[in-house]
Amino acid sequence: MSKFFSFLGKIYRYLWLTITSPIWLPFWCIGWVSDKIGLSNWIADATMGSGAYLIYKNLTRKPLRLFLTVFATFIAFLIYGTITAFQVALDSGVELSADDRLVTVNKINFTQPLPISYVNKVKAVEGVSGVVHMNWFGGYYQDPRQQVLTFAVDQEAMLDVYNEIIVTDEEAANWKKNRQGIIVGKSIADTHGWKVGDRIPLSSNIFSQSDGNSTWEFDVEAVYTGADAQTDTNGVYIHYKYFNETQSFGGDYIGWMGVRTADASLNEQVIKAIDNMFVNSPFETETVPEKAFNKAFIEQIGDIGLILGSVVAAAFFIILVIVGNSMVLSVRERTGEIGVMKTLGFKSMRIFRMVLGESLLVALIGGGLGILASYGVTGMINSVPNPLPTLVLNSDVITTAFTYVAVLGLTTGIIPAISALRLNIITALSRT
Amino acid sequence: MTNETLYDLRAVEKSFVKGKERITVFDQLDMSIKKGDFLAIMGPSGSGKTTLLNLLGGVDQPTGGEVWFDDARVDTLSETQLAQWRANNVGFIFQFYNLMPMLNAARNIELPLLLTNLSKKQRKKSIETALELVGLADRSKHMPSEMSGGQQQRVAIARAIISDPKLLLCDEPTGDLDRKTADEILEMLQLLNREFGKTIVMVTHDPSAAKFAKRTLHLDKGEFVEEDLVS
Repeated sequence: MSKFFSFLGKIYRYLWLTITSPIWLPFWCIGWVSDKIGLSNWIADATMGSGAYLIYKNLTRKPLRLFLTVFATFIAFLIYGTITAFQVALDSGVELSADDRLVTVNKINFTQPLPISYVNKVKAVEGVSGVVHMNWFGGYYQDPRQQVLTFAVDQEAMLDVYNEIIVTDEEAANWKKNRQGIIVGKSIADTHGWKVGDRIPLSSNIFSQSDGNSTWEFDVEAVYTGADAQTDTNGVYIHYKYFNETQSFGGDYIGWMGVRTADASLNEQVIKAIDNMFVNSPFETETVPEKAFNKAFIEQIGDIGLILGSVVAAAFFIILVIVGNSMVLSVRERTGEIGVMKTLGFKSMRIFRMVLGESLLVALIGGGLGILASYGVTGMINSVPNPLPTLVLNSDVITTAFTYVAVLGLTTGIIPAISALRLNIITALSRT
Repeated sequence: MTNETLYDLRAVEKSFVKGKERITVFDQLDMSIKKGDFLAIMGPSGSGKTTLLNLLGGVDQPTGGEVWFDDARVDTLSETQLAQWRANNVGFIFQFYNLMPMLNAARNIELPLLLTNLSKKQRKKSIETALELVGLADRSKHMPSEMSGGQQQRVAIARAIISDPKLLLCDEPTGDLDRKTADEILEMLQLLNREFGKTIVMVTHDPSAAKFAKRTLHLDKGEFVEEDLVS
């Protein structure tokens, strides 16, 4: 029976080694080559004096534990990086909103229409420098699951009011003169492989043409980029006139208006003027700064910041417990060795720094790899069809992430480091 | 204290509090160790041998009296000062070697040198010399787990002498070794005492080991009861 269990144990061991080989084999190869060419010894010579070599040797004495601890930290920072990039992307809709731009919607709610006649009235308001009206098309490409953020807009005013949409003058002119022309964002164009000159079918899950067909043919006249890296380039803009003339119902109504003011300081005055103009009419309006509109839109889903923050906090708490426990165990096992080092004359503060150095190194390796991996994950998310704005890991996120790395390293290391600092030599030696 | 005296314990007291009870190990203990001495301390369990060794090594402090080392008081030093003092003056040899398992022989020996200002090159030279002295020049890259008990104890001796301390404290240095290996280790200690002038204090239960010392002190209930001199 014991032979059977021994055999099972061997099978398990080799299976585990085989499964985890993609992780450990590269490091093992690096170590083997380093030993052969004398690099390991050179590094040991170079780092022994500072104590860094001792930190390294202590860390790597139990490779599986090191791997699991680093892996846990890696996962935490992968989650942090990806979720924060998502949050930043959502917030960027608010952050990148122009200060001098307003949104006018139906007062009941923004899904209710407004008469198109309102557009000229709003244009005439003092302080307004541009107005573009928009309709939600409810578009998709080929399959209803491939949603496309499609808006029917006034092509003449669109690029003036939303000047973060970047196309060449020639492309803008081509779009304006072709009623079936559309401009598409780079992100959505890359997703579906669209390019200028393509004729593409876009269907609507709301509207249909008079012949009952719910698919429209469009010519791609431009692929726009954003003025900022975080500008959303998932949008598609079609001519309102073409849409309005071919749809079977709801003609001459618009969804909402984007209003640019001559100066942000005029916003309050313009808001009052617009909303007062339509008060007590069948279609009362509500005009708000674009920032506030976007913020309210995002908050409809829920307090995203709180939800994401909670996920990240939970991940960090678990990691704190796992890594902290691992560090405490690791130092407790070395009580005797710490006692010997103190006996040899190593000062308590030096040992304190070494233990703290170990936990910081674990956090740095795991956290650094996690942040690096979140670059890859956000890149992958950006490269597949999705309704999200471009996810960007900006320098603020990176700085905050590395601050958390430091906090994690210090927090998980401080208790064992203090234990090592206060460890009595005689007590420690009695455990050898 | 004469110029020949390395260690002088004057009316040293040492007691512990265990629960509600105070246990006195030493009461008014006087002791003098000359430079170049090789002293064995024997005695039954609980006689205070290890406590005495801890006091001599500066890893424990007396509760009363004075401890003088080379004309300087040691018992008044702070913990940090004591650590520095140990690094400069004392080499320790333990019964179970107490080598760092993750470091090879050379790196274990190098440990005390990390507390000095020696350059990388100087450290390397010292390690080579120490390894040759203990007869392990060809084992520098070996890990403790790859060496026998005797070899590990030799590494521990090399570690103890690498920073050229005046005093070597040995706590049952042959307690874990067979007779032949034990004799080799004791001969090595004799060599260090005779040729390099190291003052050695060795705690042992083994009368055969004590014979390698110049004199043996018998400790019982915290007091020296007899002294044997080896001619």
